[in-house]
Amino acid sequence: MAHKIGKQTIIIDSDVGIKASAAVGSKKEGEGPLGKDFDIIDDDSRFGEKTWEKAESKMQELACWKALKKAELSMKDMDFIFAGDLLNQCIASAFSARGSKVPYLGLYGACSTFAEAVGLSAVFADSAAKNCLAVASSHFCSAERQYRFPLEYGGQRPPSAQWTATAAGAAVVSKGEGSPFIKAVTFGTVEDYGINDQNNMGAAMAPAAAATLSQFFRDTYTDPSDYDLIVTGDLGYVGSKLMLELMEREGFPLGGNYNDCGLMLFDREKQQVESGASGCGCSASVLSGHILPKLRDGVLKSVLALSTGALMSPTSVQQGETIPGIAHLICFSSEKGGIF
Amino acid sequence: MSLSSDEYKKMGEKAVPKTKCLRNMSGAFLIGGAICTFGQFVLNFYLDMGLSTPSASTACSVTLIGVSAVLTGFGVYDKIAKFGGGGTLVPITGFANAVVSPAMEFKSEGFVLGLGVKIFTIAGPVIVYGVLASFVYGVIYWVLNWF
Repeated sequence: MAHKIGKQTIIIDSDVGIKASAAVGSKKEGEGPLGKDFDIIDDDSRFGEKTWEKAESKMQELACWKALKKAELSMKDMDFIFAGDLLNQCIASAFSARGSKVPYLGLYGACSTFAEAVGLSAVFADSAAKNCLAVASSHFCSAERQYRFPLEYGGQRPPSAQWTATAAGAAVVSKGEGSPFIKAVTFGTVEDYGINDQNNMGAAMAPAAAATLSQFFRDTYTDPSDYDLIVTGDLGYVGSKLMLELMEREGFPLGGNYNDCGLMLFDREKQQVESGASGCGCSASVLSGHILPKLRDGVLKSVLALSTGALMSPTSVQQGETIPGIAHLICFSSEKGGIF
Repeated sequence: MSLSSDEYKKMGEKAVPKTKCLRNMSGAFLIGGAICTFGQFVLNFYLDMGLSTPSASTACSVTLIGVSAVLTGFGVYDKIAKFGGGGTLVPITGFANAVVSPAMEFKSEGFVLGLGVKIFTIAGPVIVYGVLASFVYGVIYWVLNWF
């Protein structure tokens, strides 16, 4: 049974693994450096639907369908669905789950949702369930219209702005199944260091990522050199730079094994995405399509993955509130057995 | 973490790459200038057609608004704006873009509660405070005329 060690870390005791995962993206994601790692790329960012919200739901459905297919399971084998997105009232997730007839738990953790979903799935699979489905998505067009400006509005983006990924990722988290195994989960605290520029979400989220990651090291008595890869969700260029500085201050300097999904998904210069990618779909698709398969193949042995979220709303920004951040961490290993 | 908000804000400011001012200003100068030059051509055309100066000015504005609306509809205006920045924002074409783009965007929520309500989300404040400013200007002008 899962149990807590230290201040925040939950150890997953039994063998709980990602049986299969799938990533769905659109044209821009397909043109990026990880384009070939996506299971499904549709150049039509409406995915054949009439509205952007429906398109995002469709992406989630496709990601779930593909992940289940790869796991050779069907929806009725699932005990719980943990899903989230960026839309008001989480409609992309709820609408995509309405045909499933599987108990559904909707999550909102902004862009940290995928790790939140996988973490909860792992804890559930270790105790109360056999198979859980973790899924998260974001859509550039549905996010822009909710948080920023209409698509056709002419404006320039500041260099710290990030590009919401049109992507979804889904993972089947199962008890007793093969690699990659989930060894531990650290759910993060809400951290606010006074950043109030919604065009600089990387800076708003970096302290949360540093807090969760350093707490994990303290809880498990490990350090950055014990892992092949430490990857954050969507800090982008600005946030990653700050993350490195903050971890140095915390006494856990990160080396060449650190990367950020927001820097991996797009070619920043060529694809003109300023500071990098963002959105729940960013870490969901990069983990599902790129990192988890590498763990499965044994190219990577141990990975710490953090999804990072900026917990603001258009209302809170207009009311002059600062932007709180959050980060959840999943510790993956390609091998069975305890490592802590 | 042993870090104050002020300390972190300073770290944050340092980490942000600088805006490319020279590039943005030249883009705004070129595109803004091109839009105004085009406007001058249109104005001269209407004057040559025999319209009076006030009528030609109105017709010129209408033409620029129409062109901008069509370019917005075809998804071209935002691409020009990405390069032109302030150069596309300041002329009347920017105002047309600010009205047409939400109209297109929110049509999915219906013609009344979507398009009708949201059409002025960006341009609304300009209209409200523009009217207010002209009222204040009018009052000042009226008072000054007493002397």
